[in-house]
Amino acid sequence: MMNSSDLGIADLQARALADIQSAQDLAELDQVRVRYLGKSGAITAQLKQLGRLPKEARPQAGRQINQAKARIQEALQTRKEALTQAVLEARLAAERIDPSLPGRGQTSGGLHPITRTLVRIERLLSQAGFSVVEGPEVEDDYHNFEALNIPPHHPARAMHDTFYFDAHRLLRTHTSPVQIRVMECQRPPIKIIAPGRVYRCDSDLTHTPMFHQVEGLLVDRVLSFADLKGVLYDFLTQFFERKLDLRFRPSYFPFTEPSAEVDIQCVICGGSGCRVCKQSGWLEVLGCGMVYPKVLEQVGIDPEAYLGYAFGMGVERLAMLRYGIDDIRLYFENDLRFLRQFGSGGKP
Amino acid sequence: MKFSEAWLRTWVHPPVDTQTLGEQLTMAGLEVDGIEPAAPEFSGVYVGLVQQVDPHPNAEKLRVCQVDLGQGEPLSIVCGAPNVAAQMRVPVAIVGARLPGGHRIQKAKLRGQVSQGMICSAAELGLAESSSGILSLPADAPLGMDVREYLALEDACIEIDLTPDRGDCLSIAGIAREVGVLNRCTVRAPAIEPIPPATEARIPVQVQAPEACPRYVCRVIQGIDPRAETPLWMQERLRRSGLRALHPVVDVTNYVMLELGQPMHGFDLAKLQGEIQVRLARAGEALTLLNGETLSLEPDTLVIADQERPIALAGIMGGAETGVSTETRSIVLESAFFSPHPLMGKARRYGLHTDSSHRFERGVDPEGQVRALERATALLLDIAGGQPGPLLEIASEAHLPQPNPLHLRRSRIQQVLGVELAEEAIEDILHRLGMALEPAEGGWQVLPPSGRFDLVLEVDLIAEIGRIHGYDHIPTRHAITSAVPQSLPESAYDLHRARTLLVARGYYEAITYSFVSPELQRKIDPEQAPLALANPLSAELSVMRTSLWPGLLQVARSNRARQQERIRLFEIGLRFRQAGEELHQEKMLAGLALGSVYPEQWGSPKRTVDFFDLKGDVEALLSLNASLDRFRFIPMPLAALHPGQSARIVRGDQIVGHLGLLHPALAAELDLPESTYLFELLLPALETGQLPRFSPISRYPAIRRDLAILVDQDISYDQVRDCVLRAETQWLQEVFLFDLYQGEKIDSGQKSLALGLILQAPSQTLTEQEIDASLGKILAQLREELGATLRE
Ligand SMILES: [Zn+2]
Repeated sequence: MMNSSDLGIADLQARALADIQSAQDLAELDQVRVRYLGKSGAITAQLKQLGRLPKEARPQAGRQINQAKARIQEALQTRKEALTQAVLEARLAAERIDPSLPGRGQTSGGLHPITRTLVRIERLLSQAGFSVVEGPEVEDDYHNFEALNIPPHHPARAMHDTFYFDAHRLLRTHTSPVQIRVMECQRPPIKIIAPGRVYRCDSDLTHTPMFHQVEGLLVDRVLSFADLKGVLYDFLTQFFERKLDLRFRPSYFPFTEPSAEVDIQCVICGGSGCRVCKQSGWLEVLGCGMVYPKVLEQVGIDPEAYLGYAFGMGVERLAMLRYGIDDIRLYFENDLRFLRQFGSGGKP
Repeated sequence: MKFSEAWLRTWVHPPVDTQTLGEQLTMAGLEVDGIEPAAPEFSGVYVGLVQQVDPHPNAEKLRVCQVDLGQGEPLSIVCGAPNVAAQMRVPVAIVGARLPGGHRIQKAKLRGQVSQGMICSAAELGLAESSSGILSLPADAPLGMDVREYLALEDACIEIDLTPDRGDCLSIAGIAREVGVLNRCTVRAPAIEPIPPATEARIPVQVQAPEACPRYVCRVIQGIDPRAETPLWMQERLRRSGLRALHPVVDVTNYVMLELGQPMHGFDLAKLQGEIQVRLARAGEALTLLNGETLSLEPDTLVIADQERPIALAGIMGGAETGVSTETRSIVLESAFFSPHPLMGKARRYGLHTDSSHRFERGVDPEGQVRALERATALLLDIAGGQPGPLLEIASEAHLPQPNPLHLRRSRIQQVLGVELAEEAIEDILHRLGMALEPAEGGWQVLPPSGRFDLVLEVDLIAEIGRIHGYDHIPTRHAITSAVPQSLPESAYDLHRARTLLVARGYYEAITYSFVSPELQRKIDPEQAPLALANPLSAELSVMRTSLWPGLLQVARSNRARQQERIRLFEIGLRFRQAGEELHQEKMLAGLALGSVYPEQWGSPKRTVDFFDLKGDVEALLSLNASLDRFRFIPMPLAALHPGQSARIVRGDQIVGHLGLLHPALAAELDLPESTYLFELLLPALETGQLPRFSPISRYPAIRRDLAILVDQDISYDQVRDCVLRAETQWLQEVFLFDLYQGEKIDSGQKSLALGLILQAPSQTLTEQEIDASLGKILAQLREELGATLRE
């Protein structure tokens, strides 16, 4: 059988649950809580009135009220969590950004392609035990020519269009004088490379009056042309990061004997012939040879006890082949649109 | 050196095609520059005989010729050449022939007359640059023969680029020897016999400079036919070697030079006075050369002279007055050996470079003069007749190059080349190269052939062996990795880190020429007298830079001309400064920045770069290997910079560099924006730095106190900072500036500095009293030293 107070509590619970469900935010939900469970809330009032019931009816009525209270509390908690979650979600949604917008701050610049290439050459040869040395660019005739077995008026001089300052001073035409300067003050074993600017009095489509070379020199007791072939083969293979055919062509440098020009299989066409290799399939990239005994003698190294090899390469050419640059003059125009292609590729 | 393959093959005939022959030469060190056909493609051109020449009825300048081709009816051909004549043998392009350039011969009517072909000039067949008439063929040219076959045009012109050591290959004889060695086949030289004299005619010769001319050989030839013409076969060989036929005497001497490598000269005997002298030029002497140029001679120049005057620049070029002409009937043929050394550089000094000087400077065979003269005499007698006189030879054995036998050790060959060769292989190579061998200790005694001026040391022979054996057949030996670590000074300035740092800060590296325009340089660095080139390419590139700024400013200008508004550049390179007699070549790191401090971007305001942005970059560079505390930025006017916005960077008493704003007057002159900033660092001054040094970290809290003070405007931040650091040495860890104010709220002569102070003790927590005491000390010192007051 049911009495009116039974109906009252059930009704109250149903209304409370409905109110909880319809609360739209945490403040409203709190008002609902106060309305039912607060000090003067409806459920609290019911509990206060328990004492007025007959003694035997109290336990059941008390249980019913407490059950209703528990249900309401649980519903409040559930609703609170739901509303909290909704608030967070709304906030996250409102805070969304467009991650494709550009990043801010400084953009990177870039190294000149010549430096980039020089650094690569230096790193590869440093791994092979060569240390980097530098020499003056305003040189004297002795170091640039005579000590390298190129006496005055030698026909080989005609191949070096030299910038002069006076009878003795000139702009070095190659990095080979650094060989001499190192051997003058260092005893074997010597294992160096000398990168740097060199100058020739020549300017046209394929020549600039300044360019870069890297010279290599190794002087030791046991050393042969076969070792020279080995170091250059390994260097060029690593530089271009691919297996390459190499061709050593006999040539002439007054300061080496035997001397060779080194051709690599054309990296543009793979050897089948193209404009860059003039259809030959080969590209000249290096000059090299065994140091001429007179050169060693000149610096006081006994050519019977020591042998040397030397090589020299043009950095502009290597960079052109590696990056596909087709005009040597671009290097020294320093157009930012050119330089950017070797740097971050970023904005101005 | 350019030569005809067919000519070479009369000397040596290896069983290889043209392409392979070219590759062989290249791989033997005689680099082939190009191979071209001796004549362009054409067909349908035959030897014809002009039987009859009639005037053209309708055209004054044309003739109608009847031309016999040896079979069938003669062809009627209209010809406009002035030299066409009956009995001439000529190349005839018949109907259907294809001439160079693809021009096809068709039956045509010329002014109403049928023409059944065309009589060709040398130029029309691609055998000359230009022709004044049709090509006249020899009287024995077989009628009807294909002209290509008759002229042996299926030939290649091979151009080789010889290195200066291989003067011995500047002839067919020299190249033939190389080809013979490479293919192991026999070389057949033409037979050269002594010519018996027909007369006793001779000219007296005095060699007064035997060191420069150790051998002089000559002969008089009288009564040559002035109307003689150089035969077509010789003309063709000359042409395929890049020379033009001029006169039988000249052609024969050129021919022998190409064949044997011995330059020769022919004088007109009638124009010589008395005798021939080989001597040095006298002061004031002049000589007009065959090319029309008149030289005033330097006294160290070797000349050929007669009794009166110089008649030739020895070994370089003959004189105009005594040269052969169409009137010449008697000549003196000269074949001499001029030593390379005295001759080197002489031609160049007079702005000359001839086939003759090219050979003598590199060295011709000192034993070849007589042979060459006999060869030339025989050829000339065939072509132009005449009576040869006796051959006259004056030689100074003491001044001739001495035979230079070399000791070649078997072990050394292997040491240098890194390959072991069989003894027979070595001997075979040397024999074929014309060397005489004798056994000697551990190897051989080798006598190189005369004329191989490049074989001086044992290693030169080894190189020859390597070259002929083939560099490709020398093994490639891979190095064992070096196990020795290289020196790596840690406190040295790491240039690559500096570059990377600048790149990360938005700078691009430039590389500019080390020579610049003197005007620009003077504006930037007026106190330095730059080192000037004696032979600059242009005025714009004529002095060595004393600073890297001119180059960077130029680059900035040219980039701005290409619509680049924000520019940051750096360069590393030498500057060249003269200090008295000395030249300092110092490595610099310089930079330039203009335009906005950041790339234009959304969400942050645009701001132009200023002094302190640049200083931040410079400080980052300085702190790569040293503590920033060691450097000072001292106001220092510099011509290129704004006097109020520039500083010298010093460490102790050493100048490290400069930075500042480009002087506004210069900016205007160079059309650069006013906010162009420059810096430069002297890299040797940064070379030594310090290693990091650990100091213990306190576990007790650090306290920050801020201090706002007022000081006189002229007092620098450095003074304030130094004063603070001196005042409190016990607990002060750090002092920094977080605000600077100058303006209405304070006295006009003053500025307000807000300093942040970090105090910390190593082994205790600082008490309020201790902190207050510290601050008190600092304030007192500031007040006393700098007149500072606390800003309320
Ligand atoms: Zn190619």
